[in-house]
Amino acid sequence: MPEILVRLDGVEKRFGAVQALLDVELTFSRGECLGLVGHNGAGKSTLMNVLAGTVSPDNGRINIGADDLTRGYDVTVAHRRGIRCVFQELSLCPNLTVAENARVLHPALKGFGWRRRAGELIIGKLDEVFPGHGVRAGDVVGDLSIARRQMVEIARAFSVTDVAADLVILDEPTSSLDSVVAAQLLAFVRRYVGSGGSCVLISHLLGEILSTADRIAVMVDGKVVDVRAATDHSRDSLVATMGSVAKDERQANGAATESKRVDNALKVRARPAGQTLGPELLVHRGEIVGLAGLAGHGQTEMLGHIYANRGRAPAGMQIDGPVTLVAGDRQTDGIFPLWSIARNITVCSMREMLRYLLVQSQSEKTMAEDWRQRIGIRTPDMNNNILSLSGGNQQKALFARALGAEADIVLMDDPMRGVDVGTKQEVYAIIREEAARGRCFIWYTTEMDELFHCDHVYVFRNREIVADLARHEMTEEKVLHSSFEAAA
Amino acid sequence: MTDLAVAQRSLRGLPSLILSPRFLRSALPALSLTVLLLAIFYLQPRTMSYFGLNLLLNLALPIAFATIAQMCVITVNDLDLGIGAYVGLVAAIGATWLNDTPLLGVAALLGCIAIYAALGALIHLRNLPSIVVTLGMSFVWLGLALLVLPTPGGKAPDWIQAIMKFRTPWLPFTIYASVGVALIVHVALMRSAYGAILRGAGGNPRSVARAGWSLLRTKMTMFALAGFFGMLSGLSLIGLTTSADANIALRYTLLSIAGVILGGGEFVGGRISPVGAVIGAMTLTLAASFLSFLRLPPDWQIGAQGGILIVVLAFRAIINRAEARR
Repeated sequence: MPEILVRLDGVEKRFGAVQALLDVELTFSRGECLGLVGHNGAGKSTLMNVLAGTVSPDNGRINIGADDLTRGYDVTVAHRRGIRCVFQELSLCPNLTVAENARVLHPALKGFGWRRRAGELIIGKLDEVFPGHGVRAGDVVGDLSIARRQMVEIARAFSVTDVAADLVILDEPTSSLDSVVAAQLLAFVRRYVGSGGSCVLISHLLGEILSTADRIAVMVDGKVVDVRAATDHSRDSLVATMGSVAKDERQANGAATESKRVDNALKVRARPAGQTLGPELLVHRGEIVGLAGLAGHGQTEMLGHIYANRGRAPAGMQIDGPVTLVAGDRQTDGIFPLWSIARNITVCSMREMLRYLLVQSQSEKTMAEDWRQRIGIRTPDMNNNILSLSGGNQQKALFARALGAEADIVLMDDPMRGVDVGTKQEVYAIIREEAARGRCFIWYTTEMDELFHCDHVYVFRNREIVADLARHEMTEEKVLHSSFEAAA
Repeated sequence: MTDLAVAQRSLRGLPSLILSPRFLRSALPALSLTVLLLAIFYLQPRTMSYFGLNLLLNLALPIAFATIAQMCVITVNDLDLGIGAYVGLVAAIGATWLNDTPLLGVAALLGCIAIYAALGALIHLRNLPSIVVTLGMSFVWLGLALLVLPTPGGKAPDWIQAIMKFRTPWLPFTIYASVGVALIVHVALMRSAYGAILRGAGGNPRSVARAGWSLLRTKMTMFALAGFFGMLSGLSLIGLTTSADANIALRYTLLSIAGVILGGGEFVGGRISPVGAVIGAMTLTLAASFLSFLRLPPDWQIGAQGGILIVVLAFRAIINRAEARR
């Protein structure tokens, strides 16, 4: 039995309405690489943030070695105990040089000559992990390519000054590396583990996980559902474990979907920018079309592409009718935080309310009240500030804004992120109702369940459409397989 | 490879180095200062003397200090809209309390720096926009200055006057002092180990915090430094003018921001250059003289100064765009 380095016990974390982690129990041992897999939003990154001390859990215990360190566990404690993390988003300072970034992680690099020592430390590690990397200690990080920045960050996490690097967490480390460099990294991970280190590897590339990890933990909906030796797993068994959500009578209504395609006019025809072959995105009147695949594989860009070309007809594209967008990230591109709920809803429909260049406050009020009734925004007064609403109700207001505008085509950029189940059901009903009236929806979602509300699903991988599934032929396995395929 | 081949290769690399956007960008502040200085020498050859340079650059030192103060705040992605009024308050304290009751004067000045550090803490802890806090404080500073010195007057301590009027060999005192300040701040912020953390806090605060550093401490340090250099600005100013006025330095607020940007700094992202900031302050000072030598009516001078600023920044934008295209 290898020596256990860290033990997480009953760890739980909630973000608003979303239960990110539920009763997680996991151990990390010396001389072992643990692979962590799961679909988007399964809680992998949150769990790693808890381990690295950047997110404090609501419940549960964190034991390092023989000590219970739950109380006051934070980044500093994690560092002192030799836990390092390469986060998914880049966390180097772009305005500093490579050597200076090494200094940020290592307080011990100070005094006369620190710059030289920091440079030697980081370049030495880079030489060890990525031979032929082509990075110099004096390079400003902001001038480096994304791949090189990622290499610097990985090397930095493995570098050692006065505190050992016992447990290194790699969250999607290969996503911006090419295959040669990725292979260098995975080989280094094996060497590092062989010399007694411990490593957590998170990746969507299942082949990587199967070849590198000793043990694989699978997360679904904030829970660790399965921990097994990697040799007991195959690609198919992993995919099956990740998608073990109960299925119901989702495969019904297949025939109805096809008839929508036959009888109704084509509203949108488009391809992701840069893709010339393969399936096209087709949307007919009254249809709900889902964009699936792993996060960040070109779905949001596809929506942006359609939105940018609205009212025009570039070669190879067709967009028939006005377009509106429901934003996914409420805080940055959704709500106007200083405005009332009513204003937030009516802002897209201002033009129809004008008389002599002035907005008619009466029609504004009528429209706001109308939508409050129709989609049930829970507020005593529509003139209250938008921030007085819960997240789910804010999202409803954004739906009201989009649906209130005279647009046939509604784009949705993962709008249900962080919304509670009750509100989701209400919004699904509204979408179905509006679709029945002849509107069409293009819906990017990271939640598997939501795809079953769609008549047609397009799976994205590497900024291209790789699969085109009609409702009756769509299953969770098929979507997962298409999302992961090229990784093997 | 033979030594000759190496030498040849590095020589061939030289023009591309000089024309590389990165080099041009860092050389731009010095280049604009040189061009301006040459233009002045051409228009008025008599400025090319010890006395002439002294007159030209006399007021550059207080502006350089104020610019360094502003740069400290900009390093951590904030902006100080109260630095001008603060310099006025320091001048008022310097010309009254520091001269009459030195102990009270020193205590008051240290108190001012402490308040600056506290502002940094307030902005960080309450997550307030710095422009609102510092703009509000500018009225507080001005009010305090008027309380200390209701009408223009007072007298600067003799030792400050003696320092500012010190006759150094070869070149005027201002030039030595500016070079000294630029080098000291450069070593402290750009070369020291903690300086890297301070700049990193402007570049990617989250990553610095994740590495276990206190952002509160970095912000308080930078604001305290701003208070310190603002104090040096006020004291050097009264050393030149010998008396003070609460409104003496109100225009420093915008001058200091312009100086930082002219010197190659950026508003966000912790990209700063202490040497560039000092050069920027000198360029702004000289720009005023340059326009007088052109016999431009005073009414037009502020606008023309803005014009010079736009030209230099346009060059920088062009360089940046060239870099982005590659």
